Amino acid sequence: MPERGASSGLSWALGCVLLAVALIVLPHLLSLSQKEILVLLVINVLLVSSYRLLTLTGEWSLAHVVIMGVGAYGSALVAKELGVPVPLAMLVGASIAALVAFLLSFPLFRMKGFYFLIGSFAAGEVIRLIWKWSEVTWLFGGPKGIKLIPPVPDIKLFSLDIDFYDPVNYYYLCLIVVAISLVILYRVERSRIGLTFHAIHWQDKLAESVGVNTFRYRSLAFVVSAFFAGLAGALYAHYIGTVNPNRFGVEEMTYVLIWAIVGGTATFYGPILGVVVLTILNEVVLRALGVDVMRPMFYGALLIVSILFLPDGLESLVPRIRAWLAERKEKRAVADQPAR
Amino acid sequence: MTLELFLQTVANATYAASYMALVAVGLVLIFGVMGVINFAHGELYMAGSYAVVALYAGLGLPFFLAVFIGLIFVGLLGLLMEYGLFRPLRDNPLGGLIASIGFLLILQTIAVLGFGVQMEHVPPSTQDKIVFSDGVVLTYQRLYVIVASVTLLSALWLFLRRSKFGWALRACAQDREAAVLQGISINNTARLAMFIGAALAGVAGALTAPLVAPTPYMGHPVIITAFIIIIVGGIGSLEGAVLAAIIYGFVSTFVTTIYDGTLANIVGLLLMLIVLVVKPTGLFGAKERA
Repeated sequence: MPERGASSGLSWALGCVLLAVALIVLPHLLSLSQKEILVLLVINVLLVSSYRLLTLTGEWSLAHVVIMGVGAYGSALVAKELGVPVPLAMLVGASIAALVAFLLSFPLFRMKGFYFLIGSFAAGEVIRLIWKWSEVTWLFGGPKGIKLIPPVPDIKLFSLDIDFYDPVNYYYLCLIVVAISLVILYRVERSRIGLTFHAIHWQDKLAESVGVNTFRYRSLAFVVSAFFAGLAGALYAHYIGTVNPNRFGVEEMTYVLIWAIVGGTATFYGPILGVVVLTILNEVVLRALGVDVMRPMFYGALLIVSILFLPDGLESLVPRIRAWLAERKEKRAVADQPAR
Repeated sequence: MTLELFLQTVANATYAASYMALVAVGLVLIFGVMGVINFAHGELYMAGSYAVVALYAGLGLPFFLAVFIGLIFVGLLGLLMEYGLFRPLRDNPLGGLIASIGFLLILQTIAVLGFGVQMEHVPPSTQDKIVFSDGVVLTYQRLYVIVASVTLLSALWLFLRRSKFGWALRACAQDREAAVLQGISINNTARLAMFIGAALAGVAGALTAPLVAPTPYMGHPVIITAFIIIIVGGIGSLEGAVLAAIIYGFVSTFVTTIYDGTLANIVGLLLMLIVLVVKPTGLFGAKERA
C-alpha cells in the first residue's frame, strides 16, 4: 500500500466527500424506473465486490449468484415464516449463505482451477434444482419461488416517517449497508489475511511450504464472500418482494462474470467500475434503442471484445489516463516556461 | 417396475446415451486439442436443431438433407469460433472459456431474434416404429439418433487411429509443443478438431429436433449433461466420454422414469461432484492436465 502525502490525503478526503454528496443527490435527478435500477445497481456493486474477494485466491466460482439466492431465500423465509424482523432476517439470511458456503468448501476446495469452476457450477445447480424440486414445494415454492416477502418496515422517528416502498429511501438504506460492507471487504483485503489470499493465488505451493493452511484460507475467502453475496440477496429479496430459482440462474452469473472481467479484478475498484459502466451503457444505449432482446448479445459481444482487446479490464485504463494527464500537464509546464 | 416398462426404459436410455455421447465426445475432442472448455457447446447443439427447424419444418427440405446442412453449418460455426476466439487466446485457457460464454450469449440472442422464444414444433420425419411387444416401442426417429451416434463415433475412432490427420490430432492432444516440433501444424489440427467437435454437437441437435421441441435456451441442460459426462469419464478421454454417456444416460433415464426429472438432474450433478472429490481425473483420465 503506497503511503500518501498530506496533500494527497486531503484531496482524497475531498474526493470522498464529493462522491458522498453526488451519491446522495443522484436519485433526485432520475426518473422512477431509473431510481429502481439504481437500487439494483447498488446491490450489484456489493455482489460483484464480494465476488472479487474470492477471485483474490485465484478461484473463479460459478456458484456466486446461487449463494446470493441462498441469502435471499433464507432471509425471505425467516422473515415470512418465522416472523423475524426484516433487518435481523437479512443478517440471518447472509449467515445462512455463509454456512452453505462453509459446507460446500469441503468438497469444492479439494479442487483447483478449472475443476473448481465446474464443481462450483454443479454445486450451484444442485441448490437451484432443490429450490425447484416438487418434494419441497411447501418450503421453497417450487419454480414459482416465494412471493409476498415482507418489506423493510417503515421507520417512524418523531415527525420523520421513512417509507421503504419509496425507491429513494431504499436506495439510501442499500447505500449505507453496501458502504459498510465495502469498508469491511476492503479492510479484509488489506489485512494479513488478504495478503495471504494473494500469496495463495500466485504461489500456493510456496505458501503451503511456509506453513499457510491454503484450504483454510480458500474456504475463509469463500465464506466471507458468500456472507456479503447473501446480504446482497437479502437486500434484493425484501426490495422486489419475490424470489424464484430462475432469478439466480446461469445467465445472472454470466453478468457477474462480465462485470468483473470487463472491469478487471486486479484492483478493488475494478469490478465496481465494470458494473457501473455496463449498467449505464445497458440502460442508456439499449433502452434508447428499445431493443431489450439484444441485451445478452450486447453483453456477449462486450465480453469477447474485452477479453480480446482489453484483457486487464477497464481498470487498466485508469493508470493510462492518469499518465496521459500527467504528461500533458508536464508538456504545458514546459511550453509555459519560455514565456516567463 | 414391470418387464415392459423396464425394456422400454432401456430403449429410451439407449437413445439418451447416444445423443449425449455425440455432444460429449465433441466437447472432449475440442478440449483435448485446444485445451479450452467450450461453454457454447450446448448452443452449437441448439444451432443444429434450428437448422432443422428452418430447413425441414420451414422450407420443407428432406429431413436428412436438412440434418446434413445443419452438420456443415455448425461445423463452420466451430471454425468461426476457432479463428475468432480460441486462436487469439491460445495461451489463455480461462480466456477461451470466458470468450465462449460470450459466444453462447450471441448465439442465443440470434436464435431469439430469428425464431422467437417460443418452443418450435418439428413434425416427425417418419411415423414408423419398431414394436418389440406390448408397451415396448422404439420409434424410427429415435433409432436414427442411435444409428448415427454409433456410426459417427466409430468413424471418428477409425479416423483418429488410422489416418495421418488423426495421428496429428492425438499428438497435439498429448503434447502440443512436441507435436509442433514434429512439424504438425497447430492451426490445421485445431481447425479440424473444432470442425469435427462442433459438427458432432450440431448433428445431435439436428437429429433430435423432432423429439425435443427446440427453444433458444435448450443448450443449457445439454451443456450441464455434457459437463457431467466429461467429468465422470475423465476430461480429455474419448473412450471415457462414451462410457460415461452410457452410464449417465441409463442412470438419468431410470431415475426419471421411477421418480422424477428434477431428482434425475440432482443425482447426475451429485455423481459428478462425487467423482470430482474422489477421483478428479475421472474413470479414464490420465494424469491431471491444465
